[in-house]
Amino acid sequence: MAAIDTTLSPPLPMSRIKPGRIVMWTVLFIGGLLMITPILFMFSTSLKTSSQIYDLRLIPQSPTLANYIEVLTEGQFPRWFLNSSFVAICVTASNIFFDSLVGYTLAKFRFRGRQFVFIAILSTLMIPTEMLVIPWYLMSANFGWLDSYWGIMFPGMMTAFGTFLMKQFFETVPDDFIEAARMDGLNEFTIWWKIAMPLVTPALSALAIFTFLGNWTAFFWPLISTTSKELYTLPVGLTSFAVEQAIQWEMIMTGAAIATIPTLVVFLVLQRYIVRGVMLAGLKG
Amino acid sequence: MAKFELRGLVKAYGKTKVIHGINLVIPDGEFVVFVGPSGCGKSTTLRMIAGLEEVSGGEIRIGDRVVNEVDPKERNLAMVFQNYAIYPHMTVRQNIAFGLYTSKLSKDEKAKKVEEAGALLGLTPLLDRRPSDLSGGQRQRVAIGRAMVRDPAGFLFDEPLSNLDAQLRAQMRIEIKDLHRRLGTTIAYVTHDQVEAMTMADRIVVMKDGHILQAAPPMEVYDNPVDVFTAQFIGTPSMNIVPATQTGGVVTLAEGAPTLLAGVRPHDLLVGSQIADPGLTLTGTVTAVEPLGPETLVHFTVAGRSIISTAPAHGTVAIGSTVTAKAPRGQVHLFDAATEKAMGRA
Ligand SMILES: Nc1ncnc2c1ncn2[C@@H]1O[C@H](COP(=O)(O)OP(=O)(O)OP(=O)(O)O)[C@@H](O)[C@H]1O
Ligand SMILES: [Mg+2]
Repeated sequence: MAAIDTTLSPPLPMSRIKPGRIVMWTVLFIGGLLMITPILFMFSTSLKTSSQIYDLRLIPQSPTLANYIEVLTEGQFPRWFLNSSFVAICVTASNIFFDSLVGYTLAKFRFRGRQFVFIAILSTLMIPTEMLVIPWYLMSANFGWLDSYWGIMFPGMMTAFGTFLMKQFFETVPDDFIEAARMDGLNEFTIWWKIAMPLVTPALSALAIFTFLGNWTAFFWPLISTTSKELYTLPVGLTSFAVEQAIQWEMIMTGAAIATIPTLVVFLVLQRYIVRGVMLAGLKG
Repeated sequence: MAKFELRGLVKAYGKTKVIHGINLVIPDGEFVVFVGPSGCGKSTTLRMIAGLEEVSGGEIRIGDRVVNEVDPKERNLAMVFQNYAIYPHMTVRQNIAFGLYTSKLSKDEKAKKVEEAGALLGLTPLLDRRPSDLSGGQRQRVAIGRAMVRDPAGFLFDEPLSNLDAQLRAQMRIEIKDLHRRLGTTIAYVTHDQVEAMTMADRIVVMKDGHILQAAPPMEVYDNPVDVFTAQFIGTPSMNIVPATQTGGVVTLAEGAPTLLAGVRPHDLLVGSQIADPGLTLTGTVTAVEPLGPETLVHFTVAGRSIISTAPAHGTVAIGSTVTAKAPRGQVHLFDAATEKAMGRA
């Protein structure tokens, strides 16, 4: 019997590996190396003492966790970490809710002015953030939103991109589902929440990932809208290691290393969805 | 339980009318099947009854209540869709229970109803599966289950079987019919399949271009179609239609511009028949022969028209030969050539 088995499934002969594959693997390998090197150096530097940081060996001579202890116990780093988490989570939740609510309405209801609203939302995609910062700032100043969590969060609470993404996805939900639910006596809000939303979970995960990462790494607007250190987000806080006296590379790298942990977690947990979401949304990661 | 009534029902999309004021009473407990070609307005009519589509004119009554402005959920109707519309993120049990979403029954009572409906439809072993693990027929049964648990005043079906293969369709036809017999609930059922209409309906409603042509029991529509369209739409293969003249009770093939059309069903037009006094005799050249087993269909051309006739099972009709087929008296339908309306039989 064993003889038959081997004849049925012979091992893959080396000649079957095509040259094109080798080229592809090489390119991908080099690309991967280029991308991972800075990250490895970040971790490496975070384990060095300040006197060793220009010693560019990847493996530190005498690795120490002192930087981590210092970053986490002295100064306001933990606070910034919580600030970033709070802001990113709130903004993500808000986008999940409002982008999909508006996207659903635009996709599934016929009303006067629908097309106009949609185009108006889309057209804001063409305005670069830099142009919006000044109006945002003036608006925050007038409303007294400067130097507050709400001030950091409000520009991102709903995005044109997210709305557009969700609209496209809700359009793929067959009307039959919605009408069946209507016949079953659900109200329109419940239909959206209980029927339509579960049917677009891949899109929701993609939106959640993009929004979370975007806000976790956001630097420019949080820097401008906050003045007190208690309200700094992580990226803003990290720069304060650079402005006081000298640039403390080992501290910055330690902070950055800690800051990447949530992104790594998000990525590992939702990896499946990120790949699918990127493909679905037609985006480059 | 309720009777449905359509009075001068009109539907227009913008300026285009798609339903032109139809009238129909569906008595309590009747199984009515709407048939017609694609785009004739069957779904639109059903969706207006369901409340999913606004009424542009006329009235819909369910029981004694005018429901034009009543929300779908208040009408207490259940609908089964062509694409089943069972929710992929819920199990079969949850899907069926969804029919009871607004019901005020206790949890236990709901669970019991779901079990009962599942048992009735043979879904008991599948209750905890997801729709993706079900066959098409099983999915459609889940959709029917969800409709059933509510004890609705009526069921609406929109081409529920058209995504199923022929064998399953035949089986589901019998199951749905059986379900109707047991529940006795009014059913409005849309299909473009005349076999479904013939086999399931208490009454067939033939529609075309937003009008009702005929509403009658299946055999009545088959035996006495009101016009050429209905005659050809119901029954397979379609009724043969030829230009004709009638002189002294005898129908003959006519040349030129006739005033009459003669219709004869393939099953009544017999090749090699020895009838002494036929109602219609046609002679032509054989173009195709289709042995079906119990009988053989013989296609031939008469005056440029393609005619289908029936020959005995083991016949020896050859393509290219000339055949004569006869229909007995009383089986020839006459239609006015101009209006295409039925004028009785010869
Ligand atoms: N939203 C709409 N806007 C404009 N016209 C419509 C709309 N929905 C349907 N129609 C038109 O109404 C007519 C009837 O459509 P309906 O869906 O009722 O046909 P049907 O008999 O169910 O056909 P089928 O067998 O293909 O399902 C068609 O001519 C269709 O083009
Ligand atoms: Mg239809």
